[in-house]
Amino acid sequence: MRSALTMLGMIIGVGSVITMMAVGTGAGQKISEQMASIGSNLLIAFPGAATAGGHSMGAGTQSTLTVEDSEAIRTECSGVKDAAPLVNKALQVVYGNQNWSTLVMGTTPNMLDIRDWGVSAGRPFGWEDVRSATKVCMLGQTVANNLFFGMNPVGQTVRIKNVPFAVIGVLKKKGQNPSGQDQDDTIYVPITTAQKRLFGSQLYNLVSIIFIKAKSFEDLEPAERDITSLLQQRHHIGPKQDNDFTVRNLTAIIQSAEMAVGILTTLLSTIASVSLLVGGIGIMNIMLVSVTERTREIGIRMSVGAKTSDIRFQFIVEALSLSLIGGAVGIAIGAGGSWLFTYFAGWPTIITAWSIFMAFGFSVLVGIFFGFYPAYKASRLNPIDALRYE
Amino acid sequence: MGLVEIENVNRIYMPEGEPVKALDNVSLVIESGEFVSIMGPSGSGKSTFMHILGCLDTPTSGSYILDGTPVSSMGHDQLAEIRSYKMGFVFQGFNLIPRTSALENVELPMLYTGMGAAERKRKAMEALKAVGLEGREKHNPNELSGGQQQRVAIARAIVNDAPIIMADEPTGNLDTKTSKEIMELFVRLNVEKGKTIIVVTHEPDVAAYSRRIVRFLDGRITGDERKR
Ligand SMILES: Nc1ncnc2c1ncn2[C@@H]1O[C@H](COP(=O)(O)OP(=O)(O)O)[C@@H](O)[C@H]1O
Ligand SMILES: [Mg+2]
Repeated sequence: MRSALTMLGMIIGVGSVITMMAVGTGAGQKISEQMASIGSNLLIAFPGAATAGGHSMGAGTQSTLTVEDSEAIRTECSGVKDAAPLVNKALQVVYGNQNWSTLVMGTTPNMLDIRDWGVSAGRPFGWEDVRSATKVCMLGQTVANNLFFGMNPVGQTVRIKNVPFAVIGVLKKKGQNPSGQDQDDTIYVPITTAQKRLFGSQLYNLVSIIFIKAKSFEDLEPAERDITSLLQQRHHIGPKQDNDFTVRNLTAIIQSAEMAVGILTTLLSTIASVSLLVGGIGIMNIMLVSVTERTREIGIRMSVGAKTSDIRFQFIVEALSLSLIGGAVGIAIGAGGSWLFTYFAGWPTIITAWSIFMAFGFSVLVGIFFGFYPAYKASRLNPIDALRYE
Repeated sequence: MGLVEIENVNRIYMPEGEPVKALDNVSLVIESGEFVSIMGPSGSGKSTFMHILGCLDTPTSGSYILDGTPVSSMGHDQLAEIRSYKMGFVFQGFNLIPRTSALENVELPMLYTGMGAAERKRKAMEALKAVGLEGREKHNPNELSGGQQQRVAIARAIVNDAPIIMADEPTGNLDTKTSKEIMELFVRLNVEKGKTIIVVTHEPDVAAYSRRIVRFLDGRITGDERKR
């Protein structure tokens, strides 16, 4: 009974610490993956002024950014490694009798580098395709799956707005972006083709967004300033006027998300530590409460000839096995809890060696100490004092 | 030379408040094979004396020579060794380990003499048989009557073949009939096995089984009579 309670304290302590740490670490990992999926050292510029709330005012409606702006950013701003314009529109894509509604993106070949993206089959389109506005496209994984069901789309022809496009490549899987959008639900076409064939001539040369890659993490902020002043200059915006565009540092946004997750992890670890401590106190109490009975037992053992070392050995083994079994079950419960969390909350969890080490080590130490220490004290008594202990 | 030689032994308890002189200059010699009763009113120091005899406690001053070896200056582990090989104890409250079978309780003393498991079991069964508890070896103490529990305690006291058996009010918690059976067991151990038996009691009926009665009062020996 006493042993069962001790173990229960240990199991709960160890199990909850491991689960909570796993949840925190998993969240951190997920954010990092999303960051990587967006692309590193990334800035975006889009038309429309940013409001105080951070949302753009009428973004996209009165497009002001042009392909030339993108080109100017690429060539004139220091700290900028590359920039690519993008036009997009949600359209139906048809293959045979299948159709799928997706986001069609018109862009230039360097977009893939900027977004740290690549093709998993076929080839990407090149500058040649942009120059001559060829009707070629690359499918995102989601589109490929929904139109071709595992068949190789490369070499096939799909129709967008009744215009036939040759599929020359399939993009690698990218996953969700931090706002939960499926980045693989897309089709990439040359920007010129998109402008001429798909989006109507009124949009000619205007772009919905410019993706910019800074040379390094340290270049992100200077680049942001440079781009802003370059665009102000190009758009003839005076110091007192509002900008008709917005530049945003995506990497910084993701980093603040990462920080939030860091705080969450710290919070969870703190709760976990408290539960570990509570578990430890539970173990301690149970161990100490049983001291009367155990001390009498020690007295009996000594009266029939047990030496001090016999008593200590017995109790260290007892405390050790109790702690180890409790700790091991706790680890199993922690692993199970993490798995359940992933299963039901759909949140990735990662069990770290450190959390196991810390939770297990702490409980085992507490268990051994409080299992052994009273016995150690009792082993120093006269047998008769131990027998009469009350 | 006696088996037990106690000379000018004092035992002073130091609880909070006044020190208590539980033994006051006690001297006694017990020969091997004797059956001694220690009598006296409650609080006269009988238990204290038995604990010192049994090396469960050490005297504040005085000398104790057991079987030619001075015991009063020994350390914890040497005393444990003596209890292991020379003494067997029976207490008023039985002092069995709870939730542990009779067999395991009887095996306990052999755990500390480095005996193999099979031999331990064999000897424990033998001892249980000797006290008339055959078939009860799997029972835990709470499943046994008082008399049966005391028999388990006696089996435990004799299992290491110790020459001296000490009992402190062994029948204090038992009815008259059971008391008689237990005392007859001691007599048999004394007569058949030649054990030295020392029984603390305040009941004349119990003391009647012995051949020598030592009387205590206020920590002193006030009488020492042998029968026949
Ligand atoms: N552990 C102890 N601490 C303090 N005083 C004790 C202790 N044990 C016994 N005494 C006192 O010593 C005296 C003798 O006690 P004890 O040997 O138990 O007597 P008996 O067994 O004859 O009843 C009593 O006055 C008792 O109160
Ligand atoms: Mg007494």
